[in-house]
Amino acid sequence: MLYDVTIDGKRFRLDLNRANGRWSCLIDGREIEVDAVLARPDVLSLRIGNLAYEVKSERVANEFHVWVGSARFAAEVRDPRSLRGRARSGDDRAPRKIVAPMPGKVVRLLVREGDQVEAGAGVAVVEAMKMQNEIKSPKRGTVQRILVGESAAVNAGDVLAIVE
Amino acid sequence: MFKKILIANRGEIAVRVLRACHEMGIAAAVVYSDVDRASLHVRKADEAYPLGAAAASESYLNIPKILDVARRSGAEAIHPGYGFLSENATFAQACADAGVKFIGPTAAAMQAMGSKTRARQTMEKAGIPFVPGTSRGVDSLDEAEQVAARIGYPVMLKAAAGGGGKGMRLVHASGELKSSLEAARSEAERSFGDSEVYIEKAIVNPRHIEVQVLADEHGNTVYLGERECSLQRRHQKVLEEAPSPIVDDDMRRRMGEVAVRVAKAAAYTNAGTVEFLVDRNKSFYFLEMNTRLQVEHPVTELITGLDLVHLQIRIAAGEKLPFTQDGVRLRGHAIECRIYAEDPDNNYFPSPGKITLLLGPSGPGVRIDSGMYEGWTVPIDYDPLLAKLIGYGADREQAIAHLTRALNEYFVGGIKTNIPLFRRILRDPDFRAARLDTGFLDRLLKRNEANPADSRSAEVAAIAAAMFAALGSATAGSSAADESRAASNSDSNWKSASRREAQR
Repeated sequence: MLYDVTIDGKRFRLDLNRANGRWSCLIDGREIEVDAVLARPDVLSLRIGNLAYEVKSERVANEFHVWVGSARFAAEVRDPRSLRGRARSGDDRAPRKIVAPMPGKVVRLLVREGDQVEAGAGVAVVEAMKMQNEIKSPKRGTVQRILVGESAAVNAGDVLAIVE
Repeated sequence: MFKKILIANRGEIAVRVLRACHEMGIAAAVVYSDVDRASLHVRKADEAYPLGAAAASESYLNIPKILDVARRSGAEAIHPGYGFLSENATFAQACADAGVKFIGPTAAAMQAMGSKTRARQTMEKAGIPFVPGTSRGVDSLDEAEQVAARIGYPVMLKAAAGGGGKGMRLVHASGELKSSLEAARSEAERSFGDSEVYIEKAIVNPRHIEVQVLADEHGNTVYLGERECSLQRRHQKVLEEAPSPIVDDDMRRRMGEVAVRVAKAAAYTNAGTVEFLVDRNKSFYFLEMNTRLQVEHPVTELITGLDLVHLQIRIAAGEKLPFTQDGVRLRGHAIECRIYAEDPDNNYFPSPGKITLLLGPSGPGVRIDSGMYEGWTVPIDYDPLLAKLIGYGADREQAIAHLTRALNEYFVGGIKTNIPLFRRILRDPDFRAARLDTGFLDRLLKRNEANPADSRSAEVAAIAAAMFAALGSATAGSSAADESRAASNSDSNWKSASRREAQR
């Protein structure tokens, strides 16, 4: 199986195959001796050569992180055969969804549909645990849609607005 | 002894008190708000009573509802935990009137400590050391200049009616006094409708050290050593340790005796904490008394071998303290980390949500007081404290070693926590050398410590990420499905949006 993996922005191409209970692994064409046991969901005991690692996976909303020990890496895994079409989503001209990073209440909307926003500009204020958190636009563009109203309750991952 | 106790709190402290009840063979009844039905304290309780809506005023702060539960459950005593109603004199009095024992001080003792001016008068009579300054407002610039010259710069101007930093000015030299006094006065007038301003010596970057006291209802009061609580962020404690690295036996005895005098002056009973500011010369000044069990009580328990909640319950039941001051022995060192649901990469904003994975540390020198579990959704409505991780050992170095190792084992997935902050604190050279003051954490956080992961770990992460995909880990599979569902939902939003646009 081929996987395109991005770790903190750096790309790797992996070829992982299992035969007779043994893994074979090519990383960017280099062969590596790997052995893995899924100790429980989201926890992998990994051996690379004789070095042992406990790796955790964490998915929140549309983010995927892999923890090696206590170091956290943002990860993206693509199967190049089935997901070719999704490559466009990395295109900066494509519309981007702005999601609530945590559950809370929308206390204020800082933009209106049609507004121009800069990257990093505040779009909405979400309150949780008595603290207010400004949700920012990931890119420069036009606010195409606002999907929540003020005082709406939102969950982590809910789309607040779309910037094109 | 009581047969049943009602715990009027939630989170880790409700679980902590519940455990003490069970250890003593006492049934534990708890209360919960609508969003806390699935909370750990409800799972572990013998009886659980709903209070209603999430808002604290409708639930954990609602005195009539809680007293009604006490009556219906037949509980003979109420433990208030910390926060919520724990320092509410009206509640303590209402319990007494309803014939339910409040596990804490009397309403009168709380009131004596609750009002700033009354506390100061009581303490002045008892000869307690305060931060030098005036105990009344200053009338003129002349008077202010005389006082400031007498106590020495820098000085702090404070609104008599003040709080929350309003009407407060730090003055470094006499040239700034006039304008600062005018500014403090007008701000005090605007904020509190009272322009009275008094002067105190400013203690720059003090240490915050507090003394645990315990008093029974038969006139016996003891101190149980001190806790160093200088590591704070926005006046919120983050890490506490006992004993304080700068307090020696003599200073401990002097602080302890003052703390006992404070408690006795207020006719205090049960567990309480006397807070002091300590300057560079190790002079200490009374700050205030906390009339409750503190969040950080476990560090005192670990170095004294005492169980403070057991003792609180025994005292409330009318028992005498089972030891005298001479029987209190300190041994070893303990450090507590307050694990908050907050995001270190996003200015420590709260991070409620579902805990998808929880791996707790274990092994030597580790204690965890926790209110969370895997699969639980941290509600958005309350304080973000999830758990307390305490490391202890024969000395400070060993406690740090246990704690550092335990922090590396601790994993909370699905939400963000401040666990990475503690790793930074524990390896900081100033922390290791115990050079601590209340400005420590702000200075540490200002240094933007980039922690570039090595390329080797990135490669391990890449292999693991692909492996998770290959093994189709159950959660990975389901969240992939969630994701595609979410994607198709928003796709259809987009489609309908573009359809609407096409129709325009």
